[in-house]
Order: sequence, then C-alpha cells, then structure tokens
Amino acid sequence: MSLAFTATGLALTATGLAVEIDGVRLLDSVDFTAAPGRVHALIGPNGAGKSTLLAALAGDRAAASGTVHLGDTAVARQSPKVLARLRAVLTQEHTVSFPFPVREIVAMGRHPWAGSSAADDDDREIDAAMAATDVSHLAARTVPSLSGGERARVALARIVAQRTPVLLLDEPTAALDLKHQEDVLRLARDHAAAGATVVVVLHDLNLAAAYADDITLLRLGRVVATGAPAEVLTAERIEAVYGQPVEVVPHPRTGVPLVLPVR
Amino acid sequence: MTDTRADAPADAAGSDPAEASSPADAVLPSLASEATERRGLAPRTRSLLLFGGLAVALVTGVVVSAGAGQLPVPPHEVWNSLLRGLGLSDAPEALPNTDSALWNIRFPRIAMALLIGAALAMAGTVMQAIFANPLAEPGVVGVSSGAALGAAAAIVLGWTAFGDWVTAVAAFVAGLGATLVVYLASRAGGRTEVVTLVLTGIAINAFAGGALAFLTFIGDTGSREEIVFWQLGSLNGARWPEVAVMLPLVVVAGVAALLLGRTLDLFSLGEPGARHLGVRVETVRIVSIVVVAVLVCSAVAFAGIIAFVGLIVPHLMRMVLGPAHRPLLVASALGGALLLLLADLAARTMVPMADLPIGMLTSIIGGPFFFWLLRRTRRRSGGWG
Repeated sequence: MSLAFTATGLALTATGLAVEIDGVRLLDSVDFTAAPGRVHALIGPNGAGKSTLLAALAGDRAAASGTVHLGDTAVARQSPKVLARLRAVLTQEHTVSFPFPVREIVAMGRHPWAGSSAADDDDREIDAAMAATDVSHLAARTVPSLSGGERARVALARIVAQRTPVLLLDEPTAALDLKHQEDVLRLARDHAAAGATVVVVLHDLNLAAAYADDITLLRLGRVVATGAPAEVLTAERIEAVYGQPVEVVPHPRTGVPLVLPVR
Repeated sequence: MTDTRADAPADAAGSDPAEASSPADAVLPSLASEATERRGLAPRTRSLLLFGGLAVALVTGVVVSAGAGQLPVPPHEVWNSLLRGLGLSDAPEALPNTDSALWNIRFPRIAMALLIGAALAMAGTVMQAIFANPLAEPGVVGVSSGAALGAAAAIVLGWTAFGDWVTAVAAFVAGLGATLVVYLASRAGGRTEVVTLVLTGIAINAFAGGALAFLTFIGDTGSREEIVFWQLGSLNGARWPEVAVMLPLVVVAGVAALLLGRTLDLFSLGEPGARHLGVRVETVRIVSIVVVAVLVCSAVAFAGIIAFVGLIVPHLMRMVLGPAHRPLLVASALGGALLLLLADLAARTMVPMADLPIGMLTSIIGGPFFFWLLRRTRRRSGGWG
C-alpha cells in the first residue's frame, strides 16, 4: 500500500517530563525525542515507566512537570479531534465490549477523518490496513471469537487504518507468534520509511536491536541511555539495569547486536 | 451479495472465545473461521425483516390491545375509531361508547406504554454503551429506584402542593443523582466490571429500598398507596396530558441518543481507545448520562419502576442486528414499545377484572433473563471480566 502521509515530519519531544499517579512519581526528568522517519524503541524492565512514557506522549497522562510536544504544539493543548489525525495509539488492552465484526472495528480507525476529504478513501484504507496486518480473512468474525494474537492484530489494523504520521505502539508483539512479530515490526519500519514517527515499547531486546533506529532504555522512571542499538545495548548496562547477566555478540551476518542471557 | 459481512454468524454474540483461543485456532485460522462462520441471512435482509416485523407487530398489537378489556371492541371497529379520531373517516359508531372508551382510556394508555417502552429500551442501550457493559440496565443498577425515591419523597413530604409536575421533577433529580453515583462508583480504568456494576446496583437499590420503606412508614394512607404504585409500576390512569409531557422528552432524548450513535460505538474500545480516536470522552459521558436520566426518570415519573425492559430489548435486538448503535437504538425503541404494549395487554387482561402491576410482569420475565445473561457473560469473560 502507499504510505504517503498528509502531514509528515512530526517529531515527538518530551522535555524534563515528570508524571505522577497518586503521589507516586512514575517518570522523572525524562528527555526524549522521536524523530520522523525513524523507529524508536522504548525498553526497560517491568515497572520502568515505558507504558507511562508512551501514555504521556499520547496525551493520555498529564505531566506533573515538563512538556510533551508533537511538532511545535504542546500535546496537552491539542484537541482530541486534531490529535486523532496526528497520532494513533496501540494500547495493551484490546478488549471490545460488544461483538462487532472485525471489519467494523478496523473501520472505527477512520472515525477521525469523518467529514473530511480523506473519508473518501475509507474503504481502501480499511482493506489495506487489514491486508497489512493479515486479518483480511477475519473480516466477518466477531472479536470475542478471536484468539489473543488475532485480537492484537485487529487492534493494530485499526491503528494503521487511522493513517496518522505518528504511531505509538505499546508492546505490539506481546501476544504474537514468530512470523507476526516480525510482520508487525516490518510494518513499523515501512511506516517510518514513509516518513512516520514510530515509538514502540518492546520487551524483546533482540527485536529492538534488529528493527529500531534508536533505543531508549528506562529504569525506575528515568532514562538510563538513549541512542543507536549498538551504543545502548552493552552487556554491562543490560546486566546493571535488568539484574541478569547477558552476553552481547554481533550477528554473524548482519552485525546487529544479539543479546543472550547467560544460562 | 459480495459483501464479506454477509457471512457473519447469526449467533455471533454466542460464540465461545474459550474454544477460539485454543492453540489450534492460532495455527489454523482459516479452518477455525470456517467453523465459526455459519451461513445466515445477509445483514440487510435480517434488519429489513426485523424492522418490518416490528412495525407489523406494533400496529397489530395496538389494535388488539385497544380492543381488549371489559368492553371488547372488534379490530375493525378499533380501526374505524382511530380513523374517526384522526378525522380520516366519518363512518358512524357501530357500538355506543366505543369512541369514548377508546379515546379517553385505552388509546392514551397504549400511547404511554409505547413511549415508556421506547424510553426504557433506548436508555438501556445508551447505558450499556457508556458503561461498555451489556449488563447495565436502569432498573438493575438502581436508577429506577432512585427516581422512585425522589417521587416518593415529593409525595410524602407534601411537595406536590406546588403542582403535579413536582413529582416528575423530583423523580428526575433523584434519578440523575443515582445515575451519577452508579457511574462514578462502578467504573475503574474506563470500564465497568460486571461484579462492580451489580454490587453498586445492590447498594443503591438497598439504600433506595430502605428510604422508600421509611417514607412508606411515615406517610399517610394515601401516600402509601401512591408509593406502592411507584414501586410496582403501572400504566393505570395514563391520560393524554401525561402523554403530552412524555412525548417531547422521549423524542428529544431519543434524537440526542441517535446523534451520539457512532460515538457510542467507539466506546466499545474502552475510554482510552475512544479518546485516541478523537472522542471528547468526558462530554459524551455527561450528555449520555443526562439522556439516560431523562428517559428513565420520565418513564418512572409516570409509570413507576418497570425494570428489565432496558436489558431484554437491546440484547435481543443486538443478537439480530449486531452491536452498531444507530440501528440498534431505533430497533430498541420499537422493540421496547412492543414489549411494553404486550406486557400492558397482559397486565390488563390476564386476571379478569384486575389490573396487574406491569413492573411485576417485566421483572418476572426479566429476572431469569438477567440471570441467563449474567452466566453467559461470566463464561465469556472467563470470570468476572
């Protein structure tokens, strides 16, 4: 499918960002930039604040201090309607309360464009998004009848159908089998190649190393390191952050760092 | 029809995810999909049949219901009287007093049954949408008893001296308050779990029940009878002036609900999902709650507590039409009107010379239905999801 965006080149920037929930500081002094045309992976152990950072970038969580900017505009000042045309968010929760057919769920992703000229492309965009996420054959099924992985791909199809220049994906590979994991990250790469800004939370360090242009490693709500995969993913740092000894070796063919737990 | 949606399983709502999420399904998605997709009627055919069937049943039901009672009127006489009243016919009355019996007593009562049925069913549909839970229902979660409490307070405390409408306003205010309490108390993370919803309903119903008992205790005989009327629900005594108040309320709230239709669909994704798609979640929530309160409270103000209509009707319509809210709201309004029309007919004619409380009837049917739905929802969510 063609991946030209109506608005391209939107950087997503957090400056001195702190987020608190019930008085607990979940993020502190986070500086973060996701550039257009690049896939930026957020990694870190459980409770590091990856999802919180993603939610703050999405405009879901208010900042206790600091700012989040999408392009030149503060996310907090943007209306939901405008934001919905600029960024799409894949959450970890893929539940749908009522038994909508899959195609109707994906069609919900077109809602932000209702009434605009882009709405003329709705059917084409929906079909393309479903093909890209390998859910076309599920079109008439209802969500309760799908497996966890199928639900995750349907949710992803909806996000793709939204056709925004910024994609925020929270653990998009969590419930997926080997091929679909690779498919999802290839899709993220394709979007970035077309000019989109992609931020993706990943647990699998090897997937992050293989597909991300940039990686930000978080621990206890703070940024430990940020940069190219080979710079961030060093054995000493991973061991210090995760508390698990690892070996990092370059892939024999591609040279991409491979992170192997010492067993 | 080339549309792939034509293959939607007729009982999609009933398919069991426990089977679907088995490893075999992940490996062999095509086989699994063939197994679940049973060929049924195309969605368009199904909705045409449904709306056509509802329309025919409503017209037939009105004529039959108007003809039944202590003074039986044959269907063609009912039809002639309807036309005469609307100025479309000048055929003479075949039986004396037909017109006065029909137009003074039965037609307003039937109009009220239709309006209240439509109001309750639409209220249930909107409530289920914003709670993102198919078990939300005004009676179950305590909105109806909250409204009845307001009405009872107005009666016992003598506020009715300010005018008849005070009872309706008191019912509305108390019902709106109850809706807000349920909404704020039963949600967590933008969703409502079944167990929280039901327990909140128990708490509110218990409180309203206690307060109603207190008002019954301190009230005089006249007030007591009125309070019993609120609790049991009845269309007895409905006249045109009440219909004239009810009609605009139902029309305005119904149109508002229809305008929200597409947005309500997005609430199925949960509130964060709806927000990510550009929905002003807080605004939609408030508007929906007011719509629910207007529909339920106006119904309660004129007919007392009639529970479960808002649960049974949207659920049955969803099984035929699927969950998209615009068609669902229209079908629910028609289905609710039909259900209450039939329930009222039964209430008037089941026991000779007696007018049974209609709320009692809907609860006798609705209670077991709710139980069945609860078990099914519980099984589907693999627990108390």
